[in-house]
Amino acid sequence: MESSKKHLKEPLIHITRRTDIPRVKAWCIRLVAIIASLVVCGLVIVLISKYNPIEVYEKMIDGNFGTKRKVLNLLKGTSALLCISLAVTPAFKMKFWNLGAEGQVLIGGLASAACMHYTRLQFGNSISSWQLILLMFATSVVCGMIWGVIPAIFKAVWKTNESLFTLMMNYVAIQLVGFFIAKWVPTGSGVMGVINLDTKCGWLPDVFGEKYMFNVIVVAVLTIVMFIYLRFSKHGYEISVVGESENTARYVGINVKKVIIRTMLISGAICGLAGFLIVSGADHTVTKNLAGGMGFTAIMVSWLAKFEPFMMVFTSAFIIFLQNGSSAIAMKLGLNKSVSDILTGIIIFFIIGCEFFINYKINIRAKQKEAK
Amino acid sequence: MKKILCAILAVALVLSLAACGGSSKEEAKSGSDFKVGLICLHDENSTYDNNFILALKEVQKELGLEDGQVFIKTNVDESSACYDAAAELVDEGCDIIFADSFGHESYMIQAAQEFPEVQFCHATGTKSQTQNLSNYHNAFAAIYEGRYLAGVAAGMKLNEMIDGGKIKAEEAVIGYVGAFDYAEVVSGMTSFFLGARSICPSATMKVTYTNSWFDIAKEKESALNLINSGCVLISQHADSEGAPKACEEKGVPNVAYNISTISMGPTTALISSKIDWSVYFKLAINAVKDGKDIPTDYCGTMKEGAVKLTELNEAAAAPGTQAKLDEIKAKLENGEIKVFDTKTFTVGGKELTTYTADVVDEGDFKPETEAIEDGVFAESSKRSAPYFDIKYIDGISNL
Repeated sequence: MESSKKHLKEPLIHITRRTDIPRVKAWCIRLVAIIASLVVCGLVIVLISKYNPIEVYEKMIDGNFGTKRKVLNLLKGTSALLCISLAVTPAFKMKFWNLGAEGQVLIGGLASAACMHYTRLQFGNSISSWQLILLMFATSVVCGMIWGVIPAIFKAVWKTNESLFTLMMNYVAIQLVGFFIAKWVPTGSGVMGVINLDTKCGWLPDVFGEKYMFNVIVVAVLTIVMFIYLRFSKHGYEISVVGESENTARYVGINVKKVIIRTMLISGAICGLAGFLIVSGADHTVTKNLAGGMGFTAIMVSWLAKFEPFMMVFTSAFIIFLQNGSSAIAMKLGLNKSVSDILTGIIIFFIIGCEFFINYKINIRAKQKEAK
Repeated sequence: MKKILCAILAVALVLSLAACGGSSKEEAKSGSDFKVGLICLHDENSTYDNNFILALKEVQKELGLEDGQVFIKTNVDESSACYDAAAELVDEGCDIIFADSFGHESYMIQAAQEFPEVQFCHATGTKSQTQNLSNYHNAFAAIYEGRYLAGVAAGMKLNEMIDGGKIKAEEAVIGYVGAFDYAEVVSGMTSFFLGARSICPSATMKVTYTNSWFDIAKEKESALNLINSGCVLISQHADSEGAPKACEEKGVPNVAYNISTISMGPTTALISSKIDWSVYFKLAINAVKDGKDIPTDYCGTMKEGAVKLTELNEAAAAPGTQAKLDEIKAKLENGEIKVFDTKTFTVGGKELTTYTADVVDEGDFKPETEAIEDGVFAESSKRSAPYFDIKYIDGISNL
């Protein structure tokens, strides 16, 4: 092999892995990617509409920071996405491909909504909001855990494929939500509507006089806890080892089955918590689209942040910024929402794509190349 | 170290976000400050939403409102997204906000509770009478009159097919693609069927549901299923181009809803019934401008132009249809014909003499109001949103 290599013509382009790129350089690449994506978006805007791209970007920023409510909406979205991202992180760090966060959040949300619906029927006004909130919290977390641990047990004991299993659990959750809404709302267009609109029972209270702040605080605390858990606890270390190599983990005496099941219990519980926060703290209802794809977006958030909880604050905020900005463009400029989705797509494409240039180096033939 | 840096940045981000807020709308209102918002479940690709959007644009022109005074939010789900959209429109300074989909209702009420200075008008909803909110209103129109009239055009077409020997009298089966099986859809299909049967007595109807307001593939598939099971004419209460296009493909006549579908089916689209929302938009917007009250629950009629038929497609319709439509329309307007006259239909082989309908919506789904008055099912007179939910009168069946 080696001798024949010398006779072969070196390829025009070949790619080598980088391991020691300086942080500054990495961030420069990301910055260039964002600028490049904005330029491409600008071209698209000019090509398909009569608007000035700068004006469109202004509207995007305005759509996130223009009013207090827009800022609150940004915080609301970010806290929900961040919570789900924190939930999937331990599992992904363990290389357990949990594609079921969507379903785990949904089942948590359904559990909360069910508590609200049935306590209203059973107890009317005789249950206090805090009692109901605690009940919703506990039920949601337990339901999320159950939804997460089922595929984990199958994986740990029978080596089933967790990606498919968790993915399929999503559809079961969606159908369950559809079933219960049809049961609770026998006529109409399959919409649950706001629950306890009159009594506000089971609604998380405003904090600092603002809506959604309860969610923000809970998720902020969770971020710190998750950071400590992954970085400084024995569990966190075990997760890393199992993620690197199951055989190594076994060799050093880690009970891999136990770690898988325990981690998915945690992952599911946090997803359940996210479902609870969305229902109790923001939406006050359940729909089939409660998680709105965040269970999948969270995976991207987590990977982009390299599983670092504090970095996820930024990645999740950025994704929500793009989403909210998009819908603002759609309304303000009368562009179809698909246009703004295209722009979001282009920006995310560049950001994910630039990770390639951070992790790999492109070598062109003309340059001198080291032998080894 | 870098963790600490990240943590500091994270906190800084949250603080900066909080700092950016604070400015809310508290501006003086003058004529040019007047703003209108509309929340739509889908966008212009949905016939239903397009009907609202076109009507609002027409009213905008008529009342001389600038583009910056009219905000249309499209693709707003029947979820908390509707509340968010309403709240955002309030922040934009809207004085009156409309929402177009049945499932938007509780979110509109939530917004109405929170923003008492803004008027919220919800189309097709049922709860304004029970909410006791002075700034929350429902609106609908007597669309059953329009559906009945569109049914007349369908009946003429069926007769033409029978007379031409294309089908036998007993093969005059209509197919109906419904979205959901609740009162709004059931009332519409029944009035359409009664209109068709008033012209073609042998007509029967098969119904199928898509469980979605807008699903091109499902609507198309449902229409094709109906055609394959022997239906010779299709109508629908679902919002996409699915059914009209399926009909054009198969050469089966179609009667549509909301907008004219002649461009989708030049040889098969007969006519559409529609609510002309510009009538209500004008009424409500002018009321707010003049500081007057908007009706709590408004029901437009055919007489005042709130219910209409679109242009008849002469290329597809049976000869003499327009004359017949004019005749029946006059009779509907002067009350000579009542759509839900209990003498014209039976339920389980019997004439309907009494029926308790769920008119007062207290969220209990329990019927409480007698709906038969003087031999007529008094549709939309006790509440604008339909409450005729009898599944089904004789002649209509599930596919």
